[in-house]
Amino acid sequence: MPDKIDPDSVGIVTPSSAHFDQPIQLTSGEVIDQFDLVYETYGSLNAERSNAVLVCHALSSNHHAAGYHSQEDRKPGWWENMVGPGKCVDTNRFFVVCCNNLGGCFGSTGPSSINPKTNKQYGPDFPLITVRDWVESQARLSDHLGINVWAAVVGGSLGGMQVMQWSIDYPERLRHAVVIAAAPKLTAQNIAFNEVARQAIRTDPDFHDGRYYDHNTEPARGLRIARMLGHITYLSDDIMGEKFGRDLRDGKIDFDYDVEFQVESYLRYQADSFVGGFDANTYLLMTKVLDYFDPADAHGGNLSAAMKSAIADFMVISFTSDWRFAPARSREIVKALHDNDLNVSYAEVTANQGHDAFLMKIDHYVEVFSAYMNRVAAEAGV
Amino acid sequence: MNNQVIRPDYSIIAEWIEPGSRVLDLGCGDGTLLDYLNFNKSVTGYGIEIDDDNITKCIRAGVNVIHSDLNEGLSEFDEDSFDYVVLSLTLQAMQRPDLLLQEMMRVGSEGIVTFPNFGNWKARLQLALGGHMPVTRSLPNTWYNTPNIHLCTIKDFEQLCKKLGFEILESRAVDHVHKSGLGLKLFPNLLGQVAMYRFRRV
Repeated sequence: MPDKIDPDSVGIVTPSSAHFDQPIQLTSGEVIDQFDLVYETYGSLNAERSNAVLVCHALSSNHHAAGYHSQEDRKPGWWENMVGPGKCVDTNRFFVVCCNNLGGCFGSTGPSSINPKTNKQYGPDFPLITVRDWVESQARLSDHLGINVWAAVVGGSLGGMQVMQWSIDYPERLRHAVVIAAAPKLTAQNIAFNEVARQAIRTDPDFHDGRYYDHNTEPARGLRIARMLGHITYLSDDIMGEKFGRDLRDGKIDFDYDVEFQVESYLRYQADSFVGGFDANTYLLMTKVLDYFDPADAHGGNLSAAMKSAIADFMVISFTSDWRFAPARSREIVKALHDNDLNVSYAEVTANQGHDAFLMKIDHYVEVFSAYMNRVAAEAGV
Repeated sequence: MNNQVIRPDYSIIAEWIEPGSRVLDLGCGDGTLLDYLNFNKSVTGYGIEIDDDNITKCIRAGVNVIHSDLNEGLSEFDEDSFDYVVLSLTLQAMQRPDLLLQEMMRVGSEGIVTFPNFGNWKARLQLALGGHMPVTRSLPNTWYNTPNIHLCTIKDFEQLCKKLGFEILESRAVDHVHKSGLGLKLFPNLLGQVAMYRFRRV
């Protein structure tokens, strides 16, 4: 942690864990008999239990949305910019919950957890998961926490997809849905990027068909490449140009395969800091969750029909330079919502940061997000 | 909020709108009209806006607002989705007013349009005798720096409605404080500063 805690940080936080021993039937047909979800909470639940906000995380993040785990922690949670006292998701008013999703590798049951049937890590035996399964498991966590209705469920990217699924599967259990930098389904191009990432991991000689734990190793090379590829899709061409351009690390071309351009240095740094902290099987799983998400599929491709059960009020936000989930994808969501006469507002934020913009403090983004959450708070009576 | 004193042209629009109807407000600004209609006429619907600050203001006011560029049409809305589509003092700033009017009649049963009347005597006088592009209370911009790229008169607008096959159901010409006296009823195109129309497809 920095020497001094920012007054607008939730400060030191401690994760909790909940155990669920009722089997969960997955979309794939498989069943997980029991599972754990690790989660964090910030702020306090009011007596009416009307001020709870669920934050859903994206591909590679976790339950640690805000604050620090210890004095030694150098980096705060992944959504520190948005979650905290006086911030968009104001912990002075809301009781904020964020869990590591099922299949994760930060304490929730996932491929690196011990399978009680074999007493070995699940590895490739861990069933494939869908966004629906996540929402089901999060609903169990809601019951565990005594939260019948969320004041809002919010999330960016894959997190936004969970918000959509919540509004479809448990319409009565959320008043507001905030869907940021999301898409109603992946395009062929999105799936293609995921497949390259998966192939990088699965063809790594250290992958051992997903049983690398037994060999005391991990497919680090594959995971590094997957992460580098991911990072390229999270940024825009503009911001890459602005950040790195064709800048050379040593100021000159060396005519070798070491890092020459700054962008190479950046990608390698991102890869290095990812490996060792993230389980490769979880990464594979998360990319599949993304690929499978398509609520309209069960309705002949008609998203408006898919959203028919939703009753929540919606705020949808996109970013102009996001080419991974471009504004047009958010507009598809907005159309499905107003086709169903739902209350929806949509803001397209001018930003050059690409998909990653949803993590950043951008004036107009902060303005619309906090304006909307103020309404959520007012309705919740806080 | 909601029921405060508002622009007189808004109260005329509100008179024209049936309670409980579905309204699409094109170029809704800070959401004042929709907020007023929500509160006083229990309407539902959406505002379309392109300005970031206005979008924030709408969200703050609890008005449904959708960021969109009207020049790109209303293709995200299905046919006959709304009882009324309102275009208030925005027509003259559109690249193709005729196409937008047609879009309005595709997605809504009735259209309500207000625009600054270029046929007003002050504008005529400034052009005819002054020999320069008019600058008036309802058209305050200079010709070289104005969002108003397609100015028209009451006569022009009525001709366009005819050409597009719209039936004018109600109209009003008002002065700069949006009042409508006898003179305005007799000589709308000469005395009216702002023209207001309610129309539908024939």
